[in-house]
Amino acid sequence: MYDLECINIAKSFGSIRAVDDVSFDIPSGSFFSILGPSGCGKTTLMRMIAGFEEPSGGDIKIKGRSVLGTPPNKRNVKMVFQHLALFPMMNVYENIAYGLRCNGVGNAEIKRKVHDVLERIALPDVAEREIHQLSGGQKQRIAIARCMVLDPDVLLLDEPLGALDLKLREAMKIELKLLQHQFNTTFIYITHDQSEALVMSDHVAIMNQGQFEQIGKPQDLYHRPKTAFVAAFVGDSNRWSGRVKSSDGSGGKVETEQGLEMAFTAAGGENIPEGASVEIFVRPEFIHAVRQTDADADDAAATGDNRMEGIVDSLLFNGANSRVLVRGPQGELIEADVTLTGQNDIRPGENVYLFWSSRQAMCFASRGAA
Amino acid sequence: MLRFPGGGLMLQKDFRRLAMILLFAPFALWIALLVVLPHIGMIRLSLREKVAPRVYEFGFANYLDFINEPIYWNTLLRTGSMSLLVTALALLIGFPIAYYIAKLASNRTRGALFLICLIPLWVSDLIRAFGWILLLRETGVISSFLQWAGIVNQPIEFLYNDVTVIIGLVYTVMLFMIVPLVSTLDGMDNSMIEAGYNLGGNGFTVLRRIIVPYAMPGIVSGCIVVFMLTAGSYLTPILLGGKNSSWFTEQIYNQFITRFNWEAGAAFGILLLLFTSTVIWLGLKLSGQTLANTVAKS
Ligand SMILES: Nc1ncnc2c1ncn2[C@@H]1O[C@H](COP(=O)(O)OP(=O)(O)OP(=O)(O)O)[C@@H](O)[C@H]1O
Ligand SMILES: [Mg+2]
Repeated sequence: MYDLECINIAKSFGSIRAVDDVSFDIPSGSFFSILGPSGCGKTTLMRMIAGFEEPSGGDIKIKGRSVLGTPPNKRNVKMVFQHLALFPMMNVYENIAYGLRCNGVGNAEIKRKVHDVLERIALPDVAEREIHQLSGGQKQRIAIARCMVLDPDVLLLDEPLGALDLKLREAMKIELKLLQHQFNTTFIYITHDQSEALVMSDHVAIMNQGQFEQIGKPQDLYHRPKTAFVAAFVGDSNRWSGRVKSSDGSGGKVETEQGLEMAFTAAGGENIPEGASVEIFVRPEFIHAVRQTDADADDAAATGDNRMEGIVDSLLFNGANSRVLVRGPQGELIEADVTLTGQNDIRPGENVYLFWSSRQAMCFASRGAA
Repeated sequence: MLRFPGGGLMLQKDFRRLAMILLFAPFALWIALLVVLPHIGMIRLSLREKVAPRVYEFGFANYLDFINEPIYWNTLLRTGSMSLLVTALALLIGFPIAYYIAKLASNRTRGALFLICLIPLWVSDLIRAFGWILLLRETGVISSFLQWAGIVNQPIEFLYNDVTVIIGLVYTVMLFMIVPLVSTLDGMDNSMIEAGYNLGGNGFTVLRRIIVPYAMPGIVSGCIVVFMLTAGSYLTPILLGGKNSSWFTEQIYNQFITRFNWEAGAAFGILLLLFTSTVIWLGLKLSGQTLANTVAKS
């Protein structure tokens, strides 16, 4: 049983196809994210699910029943808006009670439910506060509580963390995931921030120009992207364009435009023939940088069948996520993750070897402007 | 911060205060000369009793006259209630228009609609009233048209009744209702309305629980301005209502100009001011608003 199914749904604004033939279904109780760059149609898709836009084609089913033609206030899909849209003229209690009053729930019942939901979001004492007396994170939770008190089939969240500062955003990520567990309701979460999507979601859909590129578990998207767009959009990558020199269909040798040769693996189940022009992606954490004079250079060589010489151009120190930028023989810059211990670390200007495995060199046939 | 002997900080503070005073002076002068002084004069004038030709004494006779003569306070009450009616009508008609302008219209239609609301103010009060007269009098355009169309068989007088006065006044003050409403509704995030629907509200609930409460400061400030303008208007009620319009400003005019009884005229003026202020105070109390968050906000 799916909580939500979208079948070939589409929406055009004049000549713009904001959402183009998107199909997906979401099992009950899961956390589903839609991740995509700005303007790719995420909000439009969500507004169709909530009923604020009429799809130009396709069907939307909630709990197996089509909701086309059902007005927004009759759909059991609640939405947390980008700027929350709490009602400033009502206090917290009235904000949460609003939906219950609309449903004709009795006063005693409302009181019980509001206090119950405030308890669950760990804000039991704020009922009588005005909205402007709440902190950003508290507003966030009230906006969620206002929806959850109505026991929706699906909760839609449109970049709800966008307005928060970085620290709070990190904290709210974990909190949202916990809330979703607690309420055990299907959450559909829209974001253009990949770390939000990867951390919180059971499944993520990558959206680009109105279409879904890939739907999958966060790990799958990261390690087994199906398209060049997904490989580029999720996580960081070194990216080259090149031409295949020899291939057995699933792997072989490629030469980049800069003249760099490397072994690759065809990604996304594609069959890449000789002579094809391709895009190659290698993630920085799969590239090992080793000082040329170091004794363990030979050990490191075993980890990868691609080897390159280079000079450290600069060191990007960021604690555990530190990186080096290495200038290769053709002058191109390559990023590689390094572990810095504070003693005898790689420094700019040193000669290094870079190693990486052909299995980590993901290759996609070029599709024009992919 | 460095502190020089002699107090550079002090000097700077004085400077800022001086700048404040200079900026504020014209406004203060304007208030003092055109608002405060004349009213002090009016109050003094209204508290004089005429005991003999050219001999005056302090006393409340003018105010007692007002209380003892039903025609006077009936006129005041009638002016007040008609003004309230005009205010209510302006709100009822203005709110949907303002909502349309602020939330539904495209940018170009917005400009055009605002312009249409502005047109009544382009022509002077007098010309506008005569325009109405041309339309509505016995030999006017509407009456002639109805006869020509055969709907009626004798001329009809549309002028000189309360309905015409009210229509004329509503037409005149409409802009002052619409502008503050548009400006508050404009500041309202559309997603607030959508949230209202999303959480299960129907159109009426969203209007009653979200849009109207949000627009309350604009509603109250529009109503205050419209009520003041209507209660204090003179030309429109006199020209459209004629002899039996019984507008209180007409009484004031009569005292000053026709009867040359400045003392009574001043007393009536003060009474009108007190009366309208009381009504507005009551309105603010009932709607739970304050002057600071209504007029100041919009
Ligand atoms: N009402 C509308 N009329 C015309 N075009 C629209 C309308 N709403 C959205 N669009 C267009 O549809 C496309 C998708 O918009 P949408 O708001 O869904 O993007 P988004 O993915 O939510 O972006 P963001 O991350 O910036 O919020 C955009 O090109 C936008 O210009
Ligand atoms: Mg959006």
